[in-house]
Amino acid sequence: MSGVEAARRGLVARIDPAGHPLPLSEAAPGSAGRTGFWRTHRPVLEPARCVGCYLCWLYCPEDVIEMAEGAGPRGQAVPVIDYEYCKGCGVCVDVCPTRALKLVEEPIGEG
Amino acid sequence: MPARMGLRGNEAVAYAVKLARVEVVAAYPITPQTIVVEKIDELISKGEMDAEMIHVESEHSALAAAYGAAVGGVRAFTATASHGLAYMYEMLWWTAASRIPLVMAIITRAIGPPWNIHVEHADIMSTRDTGWLISMAENNQEALDLTIIMFRVTEDPRVYLPGIVGLDGFILSHTVEPVEIPDQEAVDAFLPPRRQPYTIEPGDPKAMGNLVPDEYFEELRMDMHRSMLEARRVIMEAGREYGKLTGRDYSGLVECYRCGDADTLIVGMGSWMGDAKVAVDMLREKGLRAGALRLRWVRPFPWEELREAGLGKRLVVVLDRSISFGHAGPLFLEVSSALEARPSMVGVPAGIGGVDISYEDIARIVEEAYGMVEERGRVFIPVYWYHLGRFYRLSPGAAPPEAVARAAPGAGGGGG
Repeated sequence: MSGVEAARRGLVARIDPAGHPLPLSEAAPGSAGRTGFWRTHRPVLEPARCVGCYLCWLYCPEDVIEMAEGAGPRGQAVPVIDYEYCKGCGVCVDVCPTRALKLVEEPIGEG
Repeated sequence: MPARMGLRGNEAVAYAVKLARVEVVAAYPITPQTIVVEKIDELISKGEMDAEMIHVESEHSALAAAYGAAVGGVRAFTATASHGLAYMYEMLWWTAASRIPLVMAIITRAIGPPWNIHVEHADIMSTRDTGWLISMAENNQEALDLTIIMFRVTEDPRVYLPGIVGLDGFILSHTVEPVEIPDQEAVDAFLPPRRQPYTIEPGDPKAMGNLVPDEYFEELRMDMHRSMLEARRVIMEAGREYGKLTGRDYSGLVECYRCGDADTLIVGMGSWMGDAKVAVDMLREKGLRAGALRLRWVRPFPWEELREAGLGKRLVVVLDRSISFGHAGPLFLEVSSALEARPSMVGVPAGIGGVDISYEDIARIVEEAYGMVEERGRVFIPVYWYHLGRFYRLSPGAAPPEAVARAAPGAGGGGG
């Protein structure tokens, strides 16, 4: 974002030097705010069941899953979910062929 | 040497758009705006102007397309009127709050029903709160000059808001007047290369109009207001600079005609303020010390200018070419907020839907208002509607309207 200083990263950018706040955001994590707050359920991984197939990574509509290469118990790649932004939609749970991902209810009051 | 030509108001705007080196024009035709775009099309097809003309299927798309081009980094323009402006309304907010400079001409026209293609300011006044700068031309020369000035003001980093140039339908849009067309070199010297807060381009994606927390939303609105207030100084600077290059000074947000020693002011905007000046001369010959104050800019509102002009005045008559139903004419409401000195005030809606108002009508209106002040000392009448030689007292809280209809002094009847 040339010439634009993101004072509140991902939310409202400020221009330089005139300093007008703009209804504009970078294509960056958090362009829509901390959407993790929206979640009622969170996907939780059971690493022993994961086969490192990448389907959750591929299907995640929010692009909040990174694959950690060799981090699984059998040296397989496993998903690491960014709970700051995961909305808890459950698509990853749905596509997981080995049921390594499960939706667990968020504790009330900590959403 | 600047060329001097006989031009209709709409053609004067088209020449200004060409001189400003606008690169994208998007528009949909509507009477009485059509000639603006036809003339631009002609200039492009003759090779006199290097621009893309986008023919769209509606006014909403016209402004959307011009806005898209402007966001992409080029000078863009559109023009509309009446129903077209109403259809475009949502995009006015998008353009302004995106802080994207862009210029639009509004050829003022009544909004139906019933169908009416003649002048009324209801359309342009409906843009008042959208964050666009609003100027209003008195004649065709000013329509050209204000269009060029508007590009400079809207692209100033202190402003970064779009702007509207208003001109009265048919009275200016279709009437030929002598117009001086500045040299391209003079306009190039006046208009720096386009500046804007950001551009959206392939390879550098940005999200626009995203959901933000309410606090940020309010901060954006506060900044728009701040920038609009700041625009006053920018307009004065640009107007003075334009005067140096062309000999026509636009440093004032208002134009005063014989205001200084006047005890009665006629306040209004648009083409009929030319008639008001003739009325001032007539009234002075009869011993009534009148003056005319014309608002060249409605946004930013020339609050300081009006406050100062109102000092020591006995009576201020505000002419409105539209009405805010249930209250008063929009200019009356705005002007009365600035007159801290609290002179007598009479708001006169008139000429709505193109009803002809001559300088004689304006002189009659002022004489009638002045007579009331002489009779009663101080008056404050928000709505004293003038229609076909009669006055209708239709202020909020006033007596039943028909009971107070009065014939104007010296009016030959009509409408009675």
